[in-house]
Amino acid sequence: MKRLAALFAVLDGTTKTSAKLSALTAHFRAAPEADILWTVALLSGRRPRRAVTTTELRTWAAEAAGLPDWLFEESYAVVGDLAETIALVLPPPSATAASAGLAETMASLSDLAHQPPEARKAAILAAWATMPADERFLFNKLITGGFRMGVAQGLMTRALAEATGQDAAAVAHRLMGDWTPVAITLADLLAPTAGGGSRPYPFALASGLEAAPDSLGDPADWRAEWKWDGIRGQIVARPGAFAVWSRGEELITDRFPEFAPLARALPPGTVLDGEILAWGEGAAPLPFAALQRRIGRKSVPRKVLAEAPARFLAYDLMEADGRDIRAVPFAERRDRLEALVAGLPPGVPIAVSPLVALTGWETLARTREAARDRGAEGLMLKRAASPYFTGRRRGDWWKWKLDPYTVDAVMIYAQAGHGRRAALYTDFTFAIRAGNDLLPFAKAYSGLTDAEFAEVTRWVKAHTLERFGPVRRVVPELVFELAFEGIQESPRHKSGIALRFPRILRWRRDKTVAEIDTLDSLRALLPPRAER
Amino acid sequence: MGQTPLLTFTDRGIHCPAGDFYIDPWRPVARAVITHAHSDHARPGHGAYLATPGTATVMRHRLGPIRVDCAGYGEAVTINGVTVSFHPAGHVPGSAQVRVEHGGEVWVVSGDYKTAPDGLSEPFEPIRCHAFISECTFGLPVFRWEPNTLVMARINRWWAENAAAGRVSVIGAYALGKAQRVLAGLDPSIGPIVAHGAVEAVNVALRGVGYALPPTARLADTTGADLRRALVLAPPGAVGSTWARRLGEMAEASASGWMAIRGIRRRRGLGTGFVISDHADFVGLTDAIRATGADRVFVTHGYTGPFRRWLEDQGYQAGVVETEFAGEEADVGADQGPDQAGDHALPTEPDAEGGAIRE
Repeated sequence: MKRLAALFAVLDGTTKTSAKLSALTAHFRAAPEADILWTVALLSGRRPRRAVTTTELRTWAAEAAGLPDWLFEESYAVVGDLAETIALVLPPPSATAASAGLAETMASLSDLAHQPPEARKAAILAAWATMPADERFLFNKLITGGFRMGVAQGLMTRALAEATGQDAAAVAHRLMGDWTPVAITLADLLAPTAGGGSRPYPFALASGLEAAPDSLGDPADWRAEWKWDGIRGQIVARPGAFAVWSRGEELITDRFPEFAPLARALPPGTVLDGEILAWGEGAAPLPFAALQRRIGRKSVPRKVLAEAPARFLAYDLMEADGRDIRAVPFAERRDRLEALVAGLPPGVPIAVSPLVALTGWETLARTREAARDRGAEGLMLKRAASPYFTGRRRGDWWKWKLDPYTVDAVMIYAQAGHGRRAALYTDFTFAIRAGNDLLPFAKAYSGLTDAEFAEVTRWVKAHTLERFGPVRRVVPELVFELAFEGIQESPRHKSGIALRFPRILRWRRDKTVAEIDTLDSLRALLPPRAER
Repeated sequence: MGQTPLLTFTDRGIHCPAGDFYIDPWRPVARAVITHAHSDHARPGHGAYLATPGTATVMRHRLGPIRVDCAGYGEAVTINGVTVSFHPAGHVPGSAQVRVEHGGEVWVVSGDYKTAPDGLSEPFEPIRCHAFISECTFGLPVFRWEPNTLVMARINRWWAENAAAGRVSVIGAYALGKAQRVLAGLDPSIGPIVAHGAVEAVNVALRGVGYALPPTARLADTTGADLRRALVLAPPGAVGSTWARRLGEMAEASASGWMAIRGIRRRRGLGTGFVISDHADFVGLTDAIRATGADRVFVTHGYTGPFRRWLEDQGYQAGVVETEFAGEEADVGADQGPDQAGDHALPTEPDAEGGAIRE
């Protein structure tokens, strides 16, 4: 933990990528192998099962610090990070002990999961009592999970590549998929697997198009497709292996039993990129909410399978006949993809995402206007000559989304943010007008500048009507324009509607609460009933 | 006790009706007793000021020609039959608590204070009283300061590493108090110490009344290899500004109690933050209040809500003194330097010290 704390101190103490890279590279050269594996796992978002609940941590920390629970919670609301709050309130260490390594710490945490609460508590308190504050913070972070140490996965990959003398794109590929640091060696992790197993490829990611599309040049060099609003995924079919991966590298094979026949139907050695959509008999996919009902379920009941059947709309072909063809130009990969899908037996729930006619940018702009009618969010533009690149790289693939819907609403609750936004009021609940009442209908916590959030924070403190723990009810006065991507009926919400991706577009200082939108005007945006 | 309390809380600030004077008033009054020279406590426009010599000298520098009477620590002054005296608050050089006694009743106004020695300011002295008006800027248990010597050792180590690598070290610290206490703890053998103009002006004023500060150089006189080994003390607003760009390759750090919170430190984008405050931490506040023997405590500045509740849990009769939020922010933002509000200014925005947020 001492070594990890030293690494973290460097990473946290600089904003320079070069400094972070060299600290990580040095760590990957010097740390014990088991610790390197754990560092890679944590920095690629692989989190172990939580051995202790956060409620237990809060209770034990307050008790160890001699604080009432309410004061601990007030402190947490200001600090905005549970692991850090605990590290800060605990009294200085009462004893010293040899600092355990990262792998050793992870192993003892994993053992704790199976022990009774008293034993868990005793172990955590003993650990806290012997650790200096910086190690305590990291220790708590390892328990609460979701720990990135301010390092993007790409940076970690580059450092590991440099430390091991390998190509960064190859390392990125090797780190994909299902592996766990306790059951692998570094050599095995980084070795090319015979046949590839079920390992997916790093996803190629598009950037948002900000300039006018004619800045992209000759339309003949480009291909256009609909931008679907589903779950981006990869299907891997290799001899003895079939897997469906989400973009978050989660294995979701079992959530989509409809795709199981593809294991036999696809030629061995095939890897596809595409979008998983819920699609019934209609001409357009079902709204994302239908698909959402299938996420987070280990098994899918028959009723849900019938109401929201999944279909895979393929975008790309990265591996054919067991050969990595990512370097082949997109237009050619697509031709091979179309031929492959055309040869599949009827009834398999897969199709190629259709190309949208691209004769000129102006015509395409008009086509894009119809995206919502097709159940799409806009268009994707891909350079015909582009390889299937690793990660996000500007230039070859662009998302050209429709402008979002907008609504003017008033802020009624505010809550302090987390992490970088600690002690700033950044999480707001908004209301629209319903008759004479203000009806809460959306939460949003992004879209303002730091300076605007600071100004709102000052305003919130001076206009609080009521406090519920960290939440403040405020005078309904500040009007904001919210943007959102879609709208749905939702019996679970008090307002009867649910918005997709609501965020703050701008602060409308020019508007008063009398000028906000009404529930009726919002409901008018709902899709026609027949298509729901 | 009479009908009227010895001290009352008005829209001009803390008032003593019996003596007809105000303590740290924020609107112009005839007679003001000032705890220390930070701009949110020592405001312009009062008819007459009473302060310690250390505070008086900085006030004269900042507010221009004002009428100031001086009283040393422990020296009793009678105002309309009310006895007033200053006692060290340990906040910045010259800072004081104000003890007010009348008809056998004693109230103490803490002003801003810290209980741990900083190597420069006159150390805090607890004063027995019936009622205590305490600041609580850092009145949450997440604020726990390390000893000054430890933090200074860390700062010196950071400076030495930068000097060895040929990078200028720049520390953002409030021009009055924080900058001088850091200065007092620096190891001059590492390299030259350069003071920004706003810091140096306070250095000069304090040296003039006998505070021993290590020698400082002007930026204009420090060049080449000397500059690359130098440590520059500048107001927080100057760090990252065009003024700082002329320094070349540098390492920047903030020195503030707020740096205890990682989220706030990251928001400032400086990377390095030294947790060093001129206010008492949670334990310091709790201990200081106990040492007064007061059974009535009023809290002001900072996390007043939770801190008052905490005091009530401990058996005190506790209340909150509201300060003038809007007025203070407008004033501090409009006409004060980027450095003078002290640690009250929670650095939430890019021009943190300009628009001081009072928690």
